[in-house]
Amino acid sequence: MSGHSTYTPSNGFTRWIDERLPIIRLSYDSFVAYPTPRNLNYWWTFGGILSMMLMVQLLTGIVLVMHYTPNTLMAFTSVEHIMRDVNWGWLIRYMHANGASMFFIAVYIHILRGLYYGSYKAPREILWILGVVIFLLMMATAFMGYVLPWGQMSFWGATVITNLFSAIPVIGDPIVIWLWGGFSVDNPTLNRFFSLHYLLPFVIVGVVALHVWALHVVGQNNPTGVEIKSEQDTVPFTPYATLKDAFGMSAFLVVFCWFLFYTPNYMGHPDNYIPANPMVTPAHIVPEWYFLPFYAILRSIPDKLGGVIAMFGSIAVLFVLPWLDTSKVKSNAYRPLMKQFFWILVICGLGLGYLGSQPAEGGYVIASRILTAWYFLHFLVITPVLGLVEKPKPVPESITAAVLAKNAAH
Amino acid sequence: MDTAEPSRRDFLYIATGAVAAVGAAAAVWPFVDQMNPDASALAMASTEVDISAVTPGQTITVKWRGKPVFVRNRTKEEMDKLAAMDVKALKDPQSDADRVKKGHESILVVVGVCTHLGCVPLGNAGDHKGWFCPCHGSHYDASGRIHAGPAPLNLPVPPYEFVSDKVVKIG
Repeated sequence: MSGHSTYTPSNGFTRWIDERLPIIRLSYDSFVAYPTPRNLNYWWTFGGILSMMLMVQLLTGIVLVMHYTPNTLMAFTSVEHIMRDVNWGWLIRYMHANGASMFFIAVYIHILRGLYYGSYKAPREILWILGVVIFLLMMATAFMGYVLPWGQMSFWGATVITNLFSAIPVIGDPIVIWLWGGFSVDNPTLNRFFSLHYLLPFVIVGVVALHVWALHVVGQNNPTGVEIKSEQDTVPFTPYATLKDAFGMSAFLVVFCWFLFYTPNYMGHPDNYIPANPMVTPAHIVPEWYFLPFYAILRSIPDKLGGVIAMFGSIAVLFVLPWLDTSKVKSNAYRPLMKQFFWILVICGLGLGYLGSQPAEGGYVIASRILTAWYFLHFLVITPVLGLVEKPKPVPESITAAVLAKNAAH
Repeated sequence: MDTAEPSRRDFLYIATGAVAAVGAAAAVWPFVDQMNPDASALAMASTEVDISAVTPGQTITVKWRGKPVFVRNRTKEEMDKLAAMDVKALKDPQSDADRVKKGHESILVVVGVCTHLGCVPLGNAGDHKGWFCPCHGSHYDASGRIHAGPAPLNLPVPPYEFVSDKVVKIG
């Protein structure tokens, strides 16, 4: 896909650099001359949006560390100090807290785009798996970051999530005590979470580099799911994709800024403005919104180990998705049945999210069980079977043919 | 050279590799073990509680090893209700008598941490008016035994002893 390089150094200095470290050539080939499918829609701008959000989180996070104190006695007050005293501290912290939510909004759209257009299928399996790894790293990072303000939700979130490991037979309890560094979530836990919360984003940067590398080896998928066949099917990354991404990022920033400036606590919980109290659990604890579907799956199983297995299994199933889908057609645009099941899955995920926010009782539990069963049914049964029985619509000969046919219809 | 016989060089490779593996494991251990509770955390292991003010029907919460411990003085009716229960039908079968000290049957001492995912259950709540965990809906009776919900085990009884009729030493 990468082809041979078309970069030519324009002067003696860049030629000198190119012969020693061809970094300008690498950037040029990756982000200027790189051929992108000519039919990409706005769902393809979320990769760029995610890169932007990663940078926002890194920048604001590094600044917050300059004012935060990772100690159980001072963490809560140091966060209040950031909010009240530090110049622009309120803005930077709200950017970081809302940025995490926006990051997850973008990643869920990015994942769903991959599902809809079959971007996980050959030859993009490793690209997809790296994406799932990034998603897991994001969840670990977000969880540990939420613990740092040391409010009630921080403390009890940390307690519940670390206790998930106690479901492992025999070695579960020693693992939990090892994670805590004591007999409960306490100062050693806060310190190590702080250390890892600072480390993991850089690990994410590393895996993102692998993700982009894999992308540039196999090339981008596109709304038709038909691979690039000739130069006619492509446009150069710059200016076409660059400007489209820039527009997508700007639109996304409008939404981000709306949350940031008009309702910065909408996606948080008021209980986290109460300092952590190890003696009292809040009456209604819920994780951050982006974990709610997984939380609903955890609670739907009336068995401790079973619930934990189902929750981790709901992500593990994504790792093997490339081999579960038996259809030869990538894009759901040409799969009339899968297209419907895709939207049912989206509704199922939203439903699980809603149920995760509700108390674990009565009808909510029954509904969670039905939707959890459907989630696994979709990936483990419907996806493999549908690929064999569904009759797909004719797939266009090439990207260009699809574009021309669409324009002719107008 | 390709011989079927193991040579002295093969032996040297394996021996060197084995020593390197032991050395690497020994070097990794401090980095793993530093996360375990240190001596100062282990030293906070016992606490003494005056229970003379806990009248029947009352529960107090004390802190032991950073966790809440419930000390509950059960009423006559609660004790009668517990005695009438079918122990074998429980998820984690244990009789109330096995969970208290002889001569102090009305006093129950349990770690106030739900055995599901570690929340602190609410007292005098739930189906059996023992404890109810608000996080994921586990119901415990007045003996701290699990009846319904995702928790797999009864609230654990910590090691404790009566120093006198009034003072309990936990841990």
